[in-house]
Amino acid sequence: MSGFWTIVRRDLKLAQRQGMDSYMVVAFFVIAVVLFPFGVGPEANILARISSGVIWVAALLAAMLSLERLFQIDFEDGSLELMALQPVPLEVVVMAKITAHWLTTGLPLLVATPLLAVFMNLPYEGFWVLVLTLAIGTPSLSLIGAIGAALILGSRRGGVLLSLLILPLYIPVLIFGVSAVDGAISGLSVKAHLLIMAGLLVAALPLCPWAGAGAIRQALET
Amino acid sequence: METLWVYLQMGGHGGFIWASYGAVLVILFGLWLISRRFAGAVQTELAVLDRDRPHRQARQNRET
Amino acid sequence: MIFHKYANPNRFLKLATTIQPWAAGATGLFFVTGLYFALLASPGDYQQGETVRIMYVHVPAAWMAMFCYTAMAMAAAVGLIWKHPVADLAARSTAPIGACFTFLALFTGSLWGKPMWGTWWVWDARLTSVLILFFLYLGYMALANAFDDPARGSKAAAILALVGAVNVPVIKFSVDWWNTLHQPASVVKIGGPAIHSSMLVPLILMALAFKAYYIWVLLIRIRGEINAGKIRALRLRQVHGGPPPIAARPSQGVN
Repeated sequence: MSGFWTIVRRDLKLAQRQGMDSYMVVAFFVIAVVLFPFGVGPEANILARISSGVIWVAALLAAMLSLERLFQIDFEDGSLELMALQPVPLEVVVMAKITAHWLTTGLPLLVATPLLAVFMNLPYEGFWVLVLTLAIGTPSLSLIGAIGAALILGSRRGGVLLSLLILPLYIPVLIFGVSAVDGAISGLSVKAHLLIMAGLLVAALPLCPWAGAGAIRQALET
Repeated sequence: METLWVYLQMGGHGGFIWASYGAVLVILFGLWLISRRFAGAVQTELAVLDRDRPHRQARQNRET
Repeated sequence: MIFHKYANPNRFLKLATTIQPWAAGATGLFFVTGLYFALLASPGDYQQGETVRIMYVHVPAAWMAMFCYTAMAMAAAVGLIWKHPVADLAARSTAPIGACFTFLALFTGSLWGKPMWGTWWVWDARLTSVLILFFLYLGYMALANAFDDPARGSKAAAILALVGAVNVPVIKFSVDWWNTLHQPASVVKIGGPAIHSSMLVPLILMALAFKAYYIWVLLIRIRGEINAGKIRALRLRQVHGGPPPIAARPSQGVN
Protein backbone atom coordinates (compact mmCIF):
# COMPACT_ATOMS: atom_id res chain seq x y z
CA MET A 1 0.00 0.00 0.00
CA SER A 2 2.85 2.37 0.83
CA GLY A 3 4.29 1.65 -2.62
CA PHE A 4 1.01 2.80 -4.11
CA TRP A 5 1.06 6.16 -2.38
CA THR A 6 4.77 6.64 -3.09
CA ILE A 7 4.07 6.44 -6.81
CA VAL A 8 0.99 8.65 -6.57
CA ARG A 9 3.03 11.27 -4.69
CA ARG A 10 5.90 10.98 -7.17
CA ASP A 11 3.60 11.46 -10.16
CA LEU A 12 1.82 14.40 -8.53
CA LYS A 13 5.16 16.00 -7.74
CA LEU A 14 6.34 15.48 -11.31
CA ALA A 15 3.11 16.95 -12.68
CA GLN A 16 3.44 19.89 -10.34
CA ARG A 17 7.05 20.50 -11.29
CA GLN A 18 6.39 20.29 -15.01
CA GLY A 19 3.34 22.38 -14.28
CA MET A 20 0.85 23.47 -16.88
CA ASP A 21 -0.60 20.02 -17.63
CA SER A 22 -3.69 20.42 -15.45
CA TYR A 23 -4.16 24.02 -16.54
CA MET A 24 -3.91 23.01 -20.18
CA VAL A 25 -6.51 20.30 -19.75
CA VAL A 26 -8.92 22.69 -18.04
CA ALA A 27 -8.23 25.39 -20.60
CA PHE A 28 -8.95 22.95 -23.41
CA PHE A 29 -12.14 21.86 -21.66
CA VAL A 30 -13.38 25.44 -21.29
CA ILE A 31 -12.42 26.55 -24.79
CA ALA A 32 -13.92 23.47 -26.43
CA VAL A 33 -17.25 24.12 -24.70
CA VAL A 34 -17.14 27.84 -25.40
CA LEU A 35 -16.82 27.11 -29.12
CA PHE A 36 -20.33 25.65 -29.20
CA PRO A 37 -22.30 28.87 -28.74
CA PHE A 38 -20.35 30.20 -31.73
CA GLY A 39 -21.18 27.08 -33.67
CA VAL A 40 -24.89 26.68 -32.91
CA GLY A 41 -25.81 30.25 -32.00
CA PRO A 42 -26.43 31.87 -28.61
CA GLU A 43 -30.13 31.00 -28.16
CA ALA A 44 -30.50 30.12 -24.50
CA ASN A 45 -32.92 27.22 -24.96
CA ILE A 46 -30.82 25.50 -27.63
CA LEU A 47 -27.73 25.80 -25.44
CA ALA A 48 -29.65 24.45 -22.47
CA ARG A 49 -30.83 21.51 -24.54
CA ILE A 50 -27.33 20.50 -25.67
CA SER A 51 -25.41 21.65 -22.57
CA SER A 52 -25.12 18.26 -20.84
CA GLY A 53 -23.95 16.49 -23.98
CA VAL A 54 -21.47 19.20 -24.95
CA ILE A 55 -19.92 19.39 -21.49
CA TRP A 56 -19.63 15.61 -21.30
CA VAL A 57 -18.07 15.23 -24.75
CA ALA A 58 -15.61 18.05 -24.02
CA ALA A 59 -14.70 16.42 -20.69
CA LEU A 60 -14.13 13.13 -22.52
CA LEU A 61 -11.77 14.71 -25.02
CA ALA A 62 -9.99 16.73 -22.35
CA ALA A 63 -9.43 13.65 -20.20
CA MET A 64 -7.81 12.00 -23.21
CA LEU A 65 -5.33 14.83 -23.85
CA SER A 66 -2.78 13.93 -21.22
CA LEU A 67 -3.34 10.16 -21.44
CA GLU A 68 -0.70 9.69 -24.11
CA ARG A 69 2.03 10.62 -21.66
CA LEU A 70 0.64 8.53 -18.79
CA PHE A 71 3.28 5.81 -19.26
CA GLN A 72 5.25 7.18 -22.23
CA ILE A 73 7.84 9.25 -20.34
CA ASP A 74 8.48 6.55 -17.75
CA PHE A 75 8.72 3.99 -20.55
CA GLU A 76 11.26 6.02 -22.49
CA ASP A 77 13.57 6.88 -19.59
CA GLY A 78 13.44 3.33 -18.25
CA SER A 79 11.78 4.05 -14.91
CA LEU A 80 8.80 1.91 -15.89
CA GLU A 81 11.16 -1.06 -16.17
CA LEU A 82 12.49 -0.35 -12.68
CA MET A 83 8.94 -0.11 -11.33
CA ALA A 84 8.15 -3.48 -12.92
CA LEU A 85 11.12 -5.03 -11.10
CA GLN A 86 9.99 -3.78 -7.70
CA PRO A 87 8.25 -6.10 -5.24
CA VAL A 88 5.11 -3.99 -5.71
CA PRO A 89 2.90 -5.71 -8.31
CA LEU A 90 2.76 -3.90 -11.64
CA GLU A 91 -1.03 -3.73 -11.33
CA VAL A 92 -0.64 -1.56 -8.21
CA VAL A 93 1.84 0.67 -10.05
CA VAL A 94 -0.66 1.09 -12.90
CA MET A 95 -3.46 1.82 -10.43
CA ALA A 96 -1.28 4.45 -8.72
CA LYS A 97 -0.52 6.14 -12.02
CA ILE A 98 -4.22 6.11 -12.93
CA THR A 99 -5.03 7.71 -9.57
CA ALA A 100 -2.44 10.41 -10.17
CA HIS A 101 -3.84 10.96 -13.66
CA TRP A 102 -7.35 11.40 -12.30
CA LEU A 103 -6.15 13.79 -9.60
CA THR A 104 -4.37 15.94 -12.20
CA THR A 105 -7.05 15.87 -14.92
CA GLY A 106 -10.41 14.49 -13.72
CA LEU A 107 -10.53 16.58 -10.58
CA PRO A 108 -9.66 19.91 -12.27
CA LEU A 109 -12.33 19.19 -14.87
CA LEU A 110 -14.83 18.74 -12.07
CA VAL A 111 -13.82 22.07 -10.59
CA ALA A 112 -14.27 23.85 -13.93
CA THR A 113 -17.72 22.38 -14.53
CA PRO A 114 -19.82 25.01 -12.63
CA LEU A 115 -18.38 27.75 -14.84
CA LEU A 116 -19.30 25.84 -17.99
CA ALA A 117 -22.76 25.02 -16.66
CA VAL A 118 -23.33 28.77 -16.39
CA PHE A 119 -21.92 29.44 -19.87
CA MET A 120 -24.09 26.76 -21.42
CA ASN A 121 -27.20 27.81 -19.53
CA LEU A 122 -27.60 24.35 -17.98
CA PRO A 123 -30.92 24.15 -16.11
CA TYR A 124 -30.40 24.28 -12.38
CA GLU A 125 -32.01 20.87 -11.75
CA GLY A 126 -29.29 19.19 -13.77
CA PHE A 127 -26.32 20.89 -12.18
CA TRP A 128 -25.62 18.62 -9.21
CA VAL A 129 -26.31 15.52 -11.25
CA LEU A 130 -23.80 16.73 -13.85
CA VAL A 131 -21.13 17.19 -11.19
CA LEU A 132 -22.02 13.81 -9.70
CA THR A 133 -21.90 11.95 -13.02
CA LEU A 134 -18.57 13.57 -13.85
CA ALA A 135 -17.30 12.58 -10.41
CA ILE A 136 -18.25 8.93 -11.03
CA GLY A 137 -17.50 8.98 -14.75
CA THR A 138 -14.06 10.60 -15.00
CA PRO A 139 -12.35 7.86 -12.91
CA SER A 140 -13.78 5.32 -15.39
CA LEU A 141 -12.36 7.40 -18.24
CA SER A 142 -8.90 7.43 -16.62
CA LEU A 143 -9.10 3.68 -15.98
CA ILE A 144 -10.18 2.72 -19.51
CA GLY A 145 -7.77 5.22 -21.01
CA ALA A 146 -4.85 3.69 -19.13
CA ILE A 147 -5.26 0.47 -21.15
CA GLY A 148 -4.91 2.45 -24.36
CA ALA A 149 -1.95 4.41 -22.99
CA ALA A 150 -0.23 1.13 -22.12
CA LEU A 151 -1.01 -0.47 -25.48
CA ILE A 152 0.57 2.28 -27.57
CA LEU A 153 3.93 2.13 -25.75
CA GLY A 154 6.65 1.78 -28.35
CA SER A 155 4.32 2.26 -31.32
CA ARG A 156 5.07 4.51 -34.26
CA ARG A 157 2.15 6.89 -33.87
CA GLY A 158 0.92 7.80 -30.43
CA GLY A 159 -1.85 10.27 -29.80
CA VAL A 160 -4.12 9.81 -32.80
CA LEU A 161 -3.92 6.06 -32.44
CA LEU A 162 -4.82 6.35 -28.77
CA SER A 163 -8.00 8.27 -29.55
CA LEU A 164 -9.02 5.65 -32.11
CA LEU A 165 -8.55 2.90 -29.55
CA ILE A 166 -10.17 4.58 -26.59
CA LEU A 167 -13.04 6.73 -27.81
CA PRO A 168 -15.33 3.81 -28.85
CA LEU A 169 -14.83 2.32 -25.38
CA TYR A 170 -15.87 5.63 -23.78
CA ILE A 171 -19.32 5.55 -25.38
CA PRO A 172 -21.18 3.73 -22.53
CA VAL A 173 -19.87 6.20 -19.93
CA LEU A 174 -20.91 9.10 -22.15
CA ILE A 175 -24.39 7.69 -22.77
CA PHE A 176 -25.20 7.12 -19.11
CA GLY A 177 -23.59 10.37 -17.97
CA VAL A 178 -25.56 12.51 -20.39
CA SER A 179 -28.86 10.67 -19.99
CA ALA A 180 -28.63 11.01 -16.20
CA VAL A 181 -28.30 14.79 -16.50
CA ASP A 182 -31.09 14.98 -19.09
CA GLY A 183 -33.26 12.79 -16.85
CA ALA A 184 -32.69 15.07 -13.89
CA ILE A 185 -33.58 18.14 -15.97
CA SER A 186 -36.87 16.58 -17.06
CA GLY A 187 -37.61 15.57 -13.48
CA LEU A 188 -37.08 11.82 -13.70
CA SER A 189 -35.37 9.60 -11.16
CA VAL A 190 -31.70 9.19 -12.04
CA LYS A 191 -30.88 6.49 -9.51
CA ALA A 192 -30.68 3.78 -12.18
CA HIS A 193 -28.27 5.81 -14.32
CA LEU A 194 -26.01 6.56 -11.39
CA LEU A 195 -26.05 2.94 -10.26
CA ILE A 196 -25.07 1.74 -13.73
CA MET A 197 -22.26 4.31 -13.87
CA ALA A 198 -21.07 3.17 -10.46
CA GLY A 199 -21.27 -0.41 -11.72
CA LEU A 200 -19.09 0.46 -14.72
CA LEU A 201 -16.58 2.06 -12.36
CA VAL A 202 -16.56 -0.95 -10.02
CA ALA A 203 -16.04 -3.30 -12.97
CA ALA A 204 -13.29 -1.13 -14.45
CA LEU A 205 -11.46 -0.76 -11.12
CA PRO A 206 -9.90 -4.25 -11.08
CA LEU A 207 -10.05 -5.06 -14.82
CA CYS A 208 -8.33 -1.99 -16.26
CA PRO A 209 -5.17 -2.02 -14.10
CA TRP A 210 -4.90 -5.74 -14.82
CA ALA A 211 -5.18 -5.31 -18.59
CA GLY A 212 -2.93 -2.24 -18.48
CA ALA A 213 -0.26 -4.12 -16.54
CA GLY A 214 -0.46 -6.94 -19.08
CA ALA A 215 0.06 -4.49 -21.91
CA ILE A 216 3.03 -2.88 -20.12
CA ARG A 217 4.67 -6.27 -19.52
CA GLN A 218 4.44 -6.94 -23.25
CA ALA A 219 5.94 -3.56 -24.05
CA LEU A 220 8.83 -4.21 -21.66
CA GLU A 221 9.49 -7.70 -23.03
CA THR A 222 10.70 -6.37 -26.35
CA MET B 1 -35.77 -7.05 -73.60
CA GLU B 2 -38.79 -5.51 -71.94
CA THR B 3 -38.96 -8.20 -69.25
CA LEU B 4 -35.24 -7.81 -68.54
CA TRP B 5 -35.74 -4.08 -67.99
CA VAL B 6 -38.67 -4.76 -65.66
CA TYR B 7 -36.56 -7.26 -63.78
CA LEU B 8 -33.62 -4.84 -63.45
CA GLN B 9 -35.90 -2.12 -62.13
CA MET B 10 -37.05 -4.32 -59.25
CA GLY B 11 -40.25 -2.42 -58.70
CA GLY B 12 -38.51 0.95 -58.65
CA HIS B 13 -35.91 0.03 -56.08
CA GLY B 14 -33.44 -1.48 -58.53
CA GLY B 15 -30.78 1.13 -57.82
CA PHE B 16 -30.63 0.27 -54.12
CA ILE B 17 -30.68 -3.46 -54.68
CA TRP B 18 -28.05 -3.55 -57.43
CA ALA B 19 -25.85 -1.12 -55.48
CA SER B 20 -25.99 -3.46 -52.47
CA TYR B 21 -25.07 -6.57 -54.43
CA GLY B 22 -22.49 -4.62 -56.40
CA ALA B 23 -20.83 -3.35 -53.23
CA VAL B 24 -20.74 -6.86 -51.78
CA LEU B 25 -19.17 -8.33 -54.91
CA VAL B 26 -16.67 -5.49 -55.42
CA ILE B 27 -15.48 -5.39 -51.82
CA LEU B 28 -15.27 -9.14 -51.33
CA PHE B 29 -13.49 -9.56 -54.66
CA GLY B 30 -11.13 -6.69 -53.83
CA LEU B 31 -10.25 -8.11 -50.43
CA TRP B 32 -9.61 -11.51 -51.99
CA LEU B 33 -7.38 -9.94 -54.62
CA ILE B 34 -5.38 -7.95 -52.08
CA SER B 35 -4.95 -10.99 -49.85
CA ARG B 36 -3.82 -13.13 -52.78
CA ARG B 37 -1.37 -10.52 -54.01
CA PHE B 38 0.09 -10.20 -50.51
CA ALA B 39 0.43 -13.96 -50.08
CA GLY B 40 1.83 -14.35 -53.58
CA ALA B 41 4.41 -11.58 -53.19
CA VAL B 42 5.58 -13.01 -49.88
CA GLN B 43 5.82 -16.50 -51.35
CA THR B 44 8.00 -15.30 -54.23
CA GLU B 45 10.25 -13.35 -51.90
CA LEU B 46 10.64 -16.35 -49.64
CA ALA B 47 11.44 -18.59 -52.60
CA VAL B 48 14.16 -16.18 -53.72
CA LEU B 49 15.63 -16.03 -50.22
CA ASP B 50 15.55 -19.81 -49.87
CA ARG B 51 17.20 -20.28 -53.25
CA ASP B 52 20.01 -17.88 -52.37
CA ARG B 53 20.75 -19.44 -49.04
CA PRO B 54 22.79 -22.51 -50.12
CA HIS B 55 24.99 -20.27 -52.28
CA ARG B 56 25.64 -18.00 -49.38
CA GLN B 57 26.53 -21.00 -47.29
CA ALA B 58 28.94 -22.30 -49.90
CA ARG B 59 30.59 -18.94 -50.34
CA GLN B 60 31.04 -18.56 -46.61
CA ASN B 61 32.58 -22.01 -46.45
CA ARG B 62 35.09 -21.10 -49.16
CA GLU B 63 36.05 -17.92 -47.40
CA THR B 64 36.75 -19.57 -44.06
CA MET C 1 -5.97 -30.53 -27.87
CA ILE C 2 -6.20 -30.32 -31.61
CA PHE C 3 -5.01 -26.75 -31.97
CA HIS C 4 -1.69 -27.43 -30.27
CA LYS C 5 -0.88 -29.69 -33.17
CA TYR C 6 -1.21 -26.75 -35.54
CA ALA C 7 0.90 -24.38 -33.44
CA ASN C 8 3.70 -25.41 -35.78
CA PRO C 9 3.34 -23.03 -38.74
CA ASN C 10 4.62 -25.57 -41.24
CA ARG C 11 2.11 -28.19 -40.16
CA PHE C 12 -0.57 -25.53 -40.36
CA LEU C 13 0.53 -24.59 -43.87
CA LYS C 14 0.08 -28.20 -44.97
CA LEU C 15 -3.42 -28.28 -43.50
CA ALA C 16 -4.24 -24.93 -45.12
CA THR C 17 -3.13 -26.21 -48.51
CA THR C 18 -5.55 -29.12 -48.17
CA ILE C 19 -8.52 -27.05 -47.03
CA GLN C 20 -8.08 -24.03 -49.29
CA PRO C 21 -9.42 -25.49 -52.57
CA TRP C 22 -12.47 -26.85 -50.74
CA ALA C 23 -13.15 -23.46 -49.18
CA ALA C 24 -12.76 -21.81 -52.58
CA GLY C 25 -15.14 -24.31 -54.18
CA ALA C 26 -17.70 -23.93 -51.41
CA THR C 27 -17.53 -20.14 -51.72
CA GLY C 28 -18.19 -20.28 -55.45
CA LEU C 29 -20.97 -22.85 -55.14
CA PHE C 30 -22.82 -21.07 -52.34
CA PHE C 31 -22.40 -17.68 -53.96
CA VAL C 32 -23.85 -18.81 -57.28
CA THR C 33 -26.81 -20.68 -55.77
CA GLY C 34 -27.30 -17.97 -53.13
CA LEU C 35 -27.39 -15.21 -55.74
CA TYR C 36 -29.73 -17.28 -57.90
CA PHE C 37 -32.21 -17.68 -55.05
CA ALA C 38 -31.74 -14.14 -53.76
CA LEU C 39 -32.20 -12.37 -57.08
CA LEU C 40 -34.25 -14.72 -59.26
CA ALA C 41 -35.96 -17.60 -57.52
CA SER C 42 -37.52 -15.80 -54.55
CA PRO C 43 -40.62 -13.62 -54.48
CA GLY C 44 -40.67 -10.03 -53.23
CA ASP C 45 -42.01 -9.46 -49.75
CA TYR C 46 -45.66 -8.33 -49.59
CA GLN C 47 -44.69 -5.54 -47.17
CA GLN C 48 -41.27 -4.44 -48.31
CA GLY C 49 -41.54 -5.33 -51.97
CA GLU C 50 -38.33 -6.08 -53.83
CA THR C 51 -36.11 -4.26 -51.29
CA VAL C 52 -36.29 -7.39 -49.17
CA ARG C 53 -33.58 -8.73 -51.48
CA ILE C 54 -31.09 -6.35 -49.83
CA MET C 55 -31.69 -8.28 -46.62
CA TYR C 56 -30.13 -11.39 -48.18
CA VAL C 57 -26.73 -9.69 -48.16
CA HIS C 58 -27.28 -7.25 -45.29
CA VAL C 59 -28.22 -9.74 -42.59
CA PRO C 60 -25.48 -12.30 -43.39
CA ALA C 61 -22.92 -9.45 -43.50
CA ALA C 62 -24.07 -8.28 -40.06
CA TRP C 63 -23.80 -11.86 -38.78
CA MET C 64 -20.30 -12.11 -40.17
CA ALA C 65 -19.37 -8.78 -38.56
CA MET C 66 -20.22 -10.22 -35.14
CA PHE C 67 -18.83 -13.66 -35.96
CA CYS C 68 -15.47 -12.27 -37.09
CA TYR C 69 -15.09 -10.17 -33.95
CA THR C 70 -15.85 -13.19 -31.77
CA ALA C 71 -13.43 -15.34 -33.76
CA MET C 72 -10.79 -12.61 -33.55
CA ALA C 73 -11.18 -12.24 -29.78
CA MET C 74 -11.03 -16.01 -29.28
CA ALA C 75 -7.94 -16.33 -31.46
CA ALA C 76 -6.39 -13.41 -29.57
CA ALA C 77 -7.10 -15.15 -26.25
CA VAL C 78 -5.56 -18.41 -27.47
CA GLY C 79 -2.53 -16.48 -28.73
CA LEU C 80 -2.10 -14.69 -25.39
CA ILE C 81 -2.71 -17.62 -23.07
CA TRP C 82 -0.99 -20.48 -24.93
CA LYS C 83 1.46 -18.32 -26.92
CA HIS C 84 0.09 -20.03 -30.00
CA PRO C 85 1.82 -18.34 -32.96
CA VAL C 86 -0.75 -19.31 -35.60
CA ALA C 87 -3.61 -18.05 -33.40
CA ASP C 88 -1.93 -14.63 -33.25
CA LEU C 89 -1.74 -14.56 -37.03
CA ALA C 90 -5.33 -15.79 -37.34
CA ALA C 91 -6.58 -12.93 -35.15
CA ARG C 92 -4.54 -10.44 -37.13
CA SER C 93 -5.76 -11.86 -40.46
CA THR C 94 -9.41 -11.93 -39.37
CA ALA C 95 -9.57 -8.19 -38.65
CA PRO C 96 -9.60 -6.85 -42.24
CA ILE C 97 -12.16 -9.47 -43.31
CA GLY C 98 -14.38 -8.58 -40.36
CA ALA C 99 -13.99 -4.89 -41.08
CA CYS C 100 -15.06 -5.46 -44.71
CA PHE C 101 -18.17 -7.37 -43.64
CA THR C 102 -18.97 -4.68 -41.05
CA PHE C 103 -18.64 -2.00 -43.69
CA LEU C 104 -20.88 -4.00 -46.02
CA ALA C 105 -23.49 -4.40 -43.27
CA LEU C 106 -23.49 -0.62 -42.76
CA PHE C 107 -23.49 0.18 -46.46
CA THR C 108 -26.28 -2.22 -47.40
CA GLY C 109 -28.19 -1.21 -44.26
CA SER C 110 -28.04 2.36 -45.44
CA LEU C 111 -29.23 1.33 -48.92
CA TRP C 112 -32.05 -0.61 -47.31
CA GLY C 113 -32.94 2.28 -45.02
CA LYS C 114 -33.40 4.81 -47.80
CA PRO C 115 -36.50 3.20 -49.38
CA MET C 116 -37.70 1.82 -46.02
CA TRP C 117 -37.18 4.75 -43.65
CA GLY C 118 -36.75 7.55 -46.17
CA THR C 119 -33.26 8.47 -44.95
CA TRP C 120 -29.79 7.09 -45.55
CA TRP C 121 -28.95 6.87 -41.90
CA VAL C 122 -31.06 6.30 -38.81
CA TRP C 123 -29.60 6.23 -35.31
CA ASP C 124 -31.25 2.88 -34.83
CA ALA C 125 -29.82 0.78 -32.00
CA ARG C 126 -28.65 -2.03 -34.26
CA LEU C 127 -27.06 0.23 -36.88
CA THR C 128 -25.34 2.28 -34.18
CA SER C 129 -23.89 -0.83 -32.53
CA VAL C 130 -22.56 -2.04 -35.87
CA LEU C 131 -20.99 1.38 -36.47
CA ILE C 132 -19.19 1.19 -33.13
CA LEU C 133 -18.09 -2.35 -34.00
CA PHE C 134 -16.59 -0.92 -37.18
CA PHE C 135 -14.60 1.59 -35.10
CA LEU C 136 -13.38 -1.25 -32.88
CA TYR C 137 -12.10 -3.08 -35.98
CA LEU C 138 -10.36 0.08 -37.20
CA GLY C 139 -8.70 0.55 -33.81
CA TYR C 140 -7.54 -3.05 -33.78
CA MET C 141 -6.07 -2.82 -37.27
CA ALA C 142 -4.39 0.52 -36.56
CA LEU C 143 -2.78 -0.86 -33.39
CA ALA C 144 -1.74 -4.16 -35.00
CA ASN C 145 0.13 -2.24 -37.71
CA ALA C 146 1.57 0.51 -35.52
CA PHE C 147 4.73 -1.32 -34.47
CA ASP C 148 7.97 -1.99 -36.31
CA ASP C 149 7.80 -5.58 -35.09
CA PRO C 150 4.53 -7.14 -36.31
CA ALA C 151 4.63 -9.80 -33.57
CA ARG C 152 4.59 -7.05 -30.96
CA GLY C 153 1.69 -5.40 -32.82
CA SER C 154 -0.28 -8.66 -32.81
CA LYS C 155 0.18 -9.02 -29.06
CA ALA C 156 -0.85 -5.46 -28.20
CA ALA C 157 -3.82 -5.77 -30.55
CA ALA C 158 -4.77 -9.09 -28.91
CA ILE C 159 -5.20 -7.31 -25.56
CA LEU C 160 -7.27 -4.64 -27.30
CA ALA C 161 -9.45 -7.31 -28.93
CA LEU C 162 -10.16 -8.87 -25.53
CA VAL C 163 -10.89 -5.49 -23.92
CA GLY C 164 -13.20 -4.79 -26.84
CA ALA C 165 -14.91 -8.18 -26.49
CA VAL C 166 -15.61 -7.44 -22.81
CA ASN C 167 -16.95 -4.05 -23.83
CA VAL C 168 -19.17 -5.14 -26.72
CA PRO C 169 -22.08 -6.28 -24.49
CA VAL C 170 -21.78 -3.10 -22.40
CA ILE C 171 -21.80 -0.95 -25.54
CA LYS C 172 -24.74 -2.91 -26.95
CA PHE C 173 -26.68 -2.45 -23.71
CA SER C 174 -25.92 1.26 -23.44
CA VAL C 175 -26.80 1.91 -27.09
CA ASP C 176 -30.13 0.08 -26.68
CA TRP C 177 -30.84 2.16 -23.58
CA TRP C 178 -29.87 5.39 -25.36
CA ASN C 179 -32.03 4.44 -28.34
CA THR C 180 -35.18 3.85 -26.28
CA LEU C 181 -34.65 7.28 -24.67
CA HIS C 182 -34.33 9.08 -27.99
CA GLN C 183 -36.89 7.30 -30.11
CA PRO C 184 -37.74 9.84 -32.80
CA ALA C 185 -41.45 9.85 -33.53
CA SER C 186 -41.10 10.45 -37.26
CA VAL C 187 -39.14 7.28 -37.91
CA VAL C 188 -41.29 4.32 -38.72
CA LYS C 189 -39.91 1.42 -36.75
CA ILE C 190 -40.19 -1.74 -38.74
CA GLY C 191 -39.89 -4.89 -36.74
CA GLY C 192 -37.63 -7.66 -37.87
CA PRO C 193 -39.24 -8.99 -41.00
CA ALA C 194 -41.22 -12.14 -40.42
CA ILE C 195 -39.03 -14.80 -41.97
CA HIS C 196 -40.86 -16.75 -44.61
CA SER C 197 -39.41 -20.04 -45.76
CA SER C 198 -38.85 -18.65 -49.25
CA MET C 199 -36.62 -16.02 -47.63
CA LEU C 200 -34.82 -18.50 -45.46
CA VAL C 201 -33.23 -20.36 -48.38
CA PRO C 202 -31.36 -17.40 -49.92
CA LEU C 203 -30.53 -16.05 -46.47
CA ILE C 204 -28.88 -19.29 -45.36
CA LEU C 205 -27.13 -19.80 -48.70
CA MET C 206 -25.64 -16.30 -48.60
CA ALA C 207 -24.61 -16.79 -44.97
CA LEU C 208 -22.84 -20.03 -45.95
CA ALA C 209 -21.20 -18.28 -48.91
CA PHE C 210 -19.85 -15.54 -46.61
CA LYS C 211 -18.59 -18.07 -44.11
CA ALA C 212 -16.82 -20.13 -46.77
CA TYR C 213 -15.37 -16.92 -48.20
CA TYR C 214 -14.10 -16.01 -44.72
CA ILE C 215 -12.32 -19.36 -44.34
CA TRP C 216 -10.86 -19.14 -47.83
CA VAL C 217 -9.47 -15.60 -47.52
CA LEU C 218 -8.39 -16.22 -43.93
CA LEU C 219 -6.24 -19.16 -45.03
CA ILE C 220 -4.69 -17.08 -47.81
CA ARG C 221 -3.87 -14.29 -45.39
CA ILE C 222 -2.49 -16.58 -42.68
CA ARG C 223 -0.27 -18.27 -45.25
CA GLY C 224 1.04 -14.85 -46.26
CA GLU C 225 1.65 -13.86 -42.64
CA ILE C 226 3.49 -17.10 -41.85
CA ASN C 227 5.76 -16.69 -44.87
CA ALA C 228 6.29 -13.02 -44.04
CA GLY C 229 7.41 -14.12 -40.57
CA LYS C 230 9.87 -16.58 -42.14
CA ILE C 231 11.27 -13.82 -44.35
CA ARG C 232 11.77 -11.53 -41.37
CA ALA C 233 13.54 -14.31 -39.47
CA LEU C 234 15.79 -15.06 -42.45
CA ARG C 235 16.68 -11.42 -42.90
CA LEU C 236 17.42 -11.06 -39.19
CA ARG C 237 19.66 -14.08 -39.48
CA GLN C 238 21.49 -12.56 -42.43
CA VAL C 239 22.15 -9.49 -40.32
CA HIS C 240 23.01 -11.14 -37.03
CA GLY C 241 24.23 -14.51 -38.23
CA GLY C 242 22.52 -16.40 -35.39
CA PRO C 243 20.58 -19.67 -35.66
CA PRO C 244 17.10 -19.24 -37.15
CA PRO C 245 14.12 -19.18 -34.80
CA ILE C 246 12.10 -22.37 -34.81
CA ALA C 247 9.27 -20.87 -36.81
CA ALA C 248 11.64 -20.05 -39.66
CA ARG C 249 13.35 -23.42 -39.87
CA PRO C 250 12.27 -24.99 -43.16
CA SER C 251 10.75 -28.41 -42.75
CA GLN C 252 13.01 -30.05 -45.31
CA GLY C 253 16.08 -28.93 -43.34
CA VAL C 254 18.35 -27.14 -45.83
CA ASN C 255 20.91 -26.37 -43.12
